[in-house]
Amino acid sequence: MKNKIFTGLLITCGVVLGGAAAAATPSATMLSNTCVGCHGPNGNSMGPASPTIAGISTEYFMEAMEEYKSGVRPSTIMGRIAKGYSEEEFQLMASYFSKQQFNRDKDQNINAKMAKKGAKLHKKYCEKCHEDGGRSSEDDAGILAGQWMPYLQFTMTDYLSGNREMTKKMKKKVNTLKDEQGDKGFEELWHYYGSLK
Amino acid sequence: MTKFNRRDFLKVTGGVAALGSLGYTPFVIAGASKKVVIVGGGIGGATAARYIKMADASVDVTVIEPNKKYHTCFLSNEVLGGERSLESIRFGYQGLHKEGIKVVHEMVNNIDPQARVVKTSAGNSYKYDRCIVSPGIALRWDTIEGYDAKVAETIPHAWKAGPQTATLRKQIMAMRDGGTVIISAPPNPFRCPPGPYERAAQIAHYLKQHKPKSKILVLDPKDKFSKFGLFTAGWKKHYGYGTDNSMIEWISGAEGGKVDGLDAKNKTVRALVQDFKGDVVNIIPAQKAGKIAHIAGLADKSGWCPVDLKTFESKIHANIHVIGDAAIQSPLPKSGYAANSEAKVCASSVVALLKGDEVPQPSYVNTCYSILAPNDGISVAMVYNYADGKINKVEGSGGLTPGYDKTTMEMRQREVLYAHSWFKNITKDVFG
Ligand SMILES: Cc1cc2nc3c(=O)[nH]c(=O)nc-3n(C[C@H](O)[C@H](O)[C@H](O)COP(=O)(O)OP(=O)(O)OC[C@H]3O[C@@H](n4cnc5c(N)ncnc54)[C@H](O)[C@@H]3O)c2cc1C
Ligand code: HEC
Ligand code: HEC
Repeated sequence: MKNKIFTGLLITCGVVLGGAAAAATPSATMLSNTCVGCHGPNGNSMGPASPTIAGISTEYFMEAMEEYKSGVRPSTIMGRIAKGYSEEEFQLMASYFSKQQFNRDKDQNINAKMAKKGAKLHKKYCEKCHEDGGRSSEDDAGILAGQWMPYLQFTMTDYLSGNREMTKKMKKKVNTLKDEQGDKGFEELWHYYGSLK
Repeated sequence: MTKFNRRDFLKVTGGVAALGSLGYTPFVIAGASKKVVIVGGGIGGATAARYIKMADASVDVTVIEPNKKYHTCFLSNEVLGGERSLESIRFGYQGLHKEGIKVVHEMVNNIDPQARVVKTSAGNSYKYDRCIVSPGIALRWDTIEGYDAKVAETIPHAWKAGPQTATLRKQIMAMRDGGTVIISAPPNPFRCPPGPYERAAQIAHYLKQHKPKSKILVLDPKDKFSKFGLFTAGWKKHYGYGTDNSMIEWISGAEGGKVDGLDAKNKTVRALVQDFKGDVVNIIPAQKAGKIAHIAGLADKSGWCPVDLKTFESKIHANIHVIGDAAIQSPLPKSGYAANSEAKVCASSVVALLKGDEVPQPSYVNTCYSILAPNDGISVAMVYNYADGKINKVEGSGGLTPGYDKTTMEMRQREVLYAHSWFKNITKDVFG
């Protein structure tokens, strides 16, 4: 809802301020086609590291893209990409990718013992906001289940270094996990998420 | 207008279906299916075929490509560096077959734009409603005296991946420790602007481990090249560039780096100021659009093919579209990501044109990763839009990996994993 109003405002501004070459807006499919060379068919990445973006919620998608664009969220390359699209174009792509199925049929090198331990840790520290083992997209917290493990690890590195901001509540849980379980705890979590089908 | 057309089209196809179900001759239905013939099953051609089929399964799509296996140029430098096998960059056409695309392994030797027929050296003719030409590059042998296709069997260019890559790799492996590898870089515009400099890094990576007394000499007609600051910083970090002990030496155009002759027997190249003898010589000559583009009269004086940048339809011959390296697509570079992106834009406009619909508004992206060492990757990216008949860089978007002083090794290590992910995802997108 909030996003819709925001978009409306921007369109109006575009008309008023629209300077040089005003390009018409491409379709959702046309725009999303430019992403799949890096994110895979329908946003399902073939790995080993680039994240699958199929099935993530519109809310989460919009927040991610806006934060890449403004530089609030760190990235190797997404900041440079996100700066190429308008709010309206983000909305179109959000609607496209949120309708795609997140494919968990990945071949990751899973250590079953670590995954088992990770399942327990997830329940204790993370399930509250990343429901259904991190499968749910409805909590607008991204999808962790079946995501590529190196991506999850890079992301946690950014969270822990303070480069990517956590919500206060997640920070508390993450820090407790770190204190109680150490780096190994995170690794066990990645094996758990990586093992989920 | 457009809406009218679309409704008319629906009426017609609806009518045909109704007739079909009433038991009329299938001739009517066959006649209704539009034909697209694609020349070249590389990055541009294979992508276009898949995206046309995805958008409209009723279109009859035929890809004509002489080779049964395609080797990607991208990551072929990692094969030279010993980090990857040749098999890992080899792809077949089963994916396209499965999606109902016809793939014929023949060489196109002419296109008749009036009769709308593509002809092959096997003596076959393929009729089309629209033709897409994505033949990649041809090498301009005329620019280096003593160099031609025959000589290239022993002095490889390796600018089309496959056997050429294997030959160069073998020669580097067979070289003595203390030998010199010469890389002669091409003038602009050429396929993959960062490619020769990534190649220097990858070969250096191999030599550093196995033949540390060896040198790489890059001879260049240019005074600057793509990702210049990042490459030279990476060469410095990993291979001592700029010191007396540097494994890589780069001779710019101003310093006489332009090569215009080769003595193949003595492995000696003639540059502007002096001759250089190498143990392994890799000549990447100047380039132009693939040969068939010239035969079909699609190229202009520049050697490349002028196209409408919204549809990629040739400005010379109607109903023929040219995409990928062969087209004049600036400011898009001649890269695989750009060829893939152009193919999708072209496919959507071809489908629209066949139906009489309005051509959709394009959007394009380019990305090129370069891997300087197994733990050090850099990239360039850009988002483009279409307005006023031109492709424009979207202001504020894109650009390079920030400099070595502004990025950590950890971030650039991520870029290597992301480059490998890019490879897996784009090849899936191209070949299914
Ligand atoms: C060393 C190197 C590294 C590179 N690295 C990158 C990278 O990291 N990222 C990137 O984006 N790009 C990279 N590229 C560039 C990329 O490979 C090309 O831009 C891309 O392949 C262009 O696609 P294309 O369809 O125009 O040509 P191609 O992929 O070359 O396809 C042309 C096809 O047409 C066929 N053909 C030619 N003539 C005929 C004919 N008469 N009849 C039938 N078929 C014909 C050929 O057999 C070939 O299969 C690199 C290139 C090199 C050389
Ligand atoms: C050059 C490759 C590349 C292209 C093109 C690209 N991405 Fe990304 N994307 C990445 C990488 C790599 C990351 C991880 C963050 C980083 O380091 O940049 C990422 C992360 C993301 C994320 C965050 C996922 C999450 O779980 O939080 C989203 C969303 C995203 N990309 C959307 C897009 C969209 C939409 C497009 C097309 C407009 C796009 N990307 C184009 C490489 C790419
Ligand atoms: C209080 C709620 C909450 C808790 C508890 C929580 N998270 Fe999160 N998490 C979020 C929200 C909200 C986001 C998305 C917003 C953002 O970018 O930070 C998120 C994002 C993430 C992401 C990034 C996803 C992506 O695709 O980039 C990871 C990884 C993650 N959380 C891991 C964890 C782990 C591991 C735990 C348990 C130790 C945990 N979270 C606990 C709310 C929570």
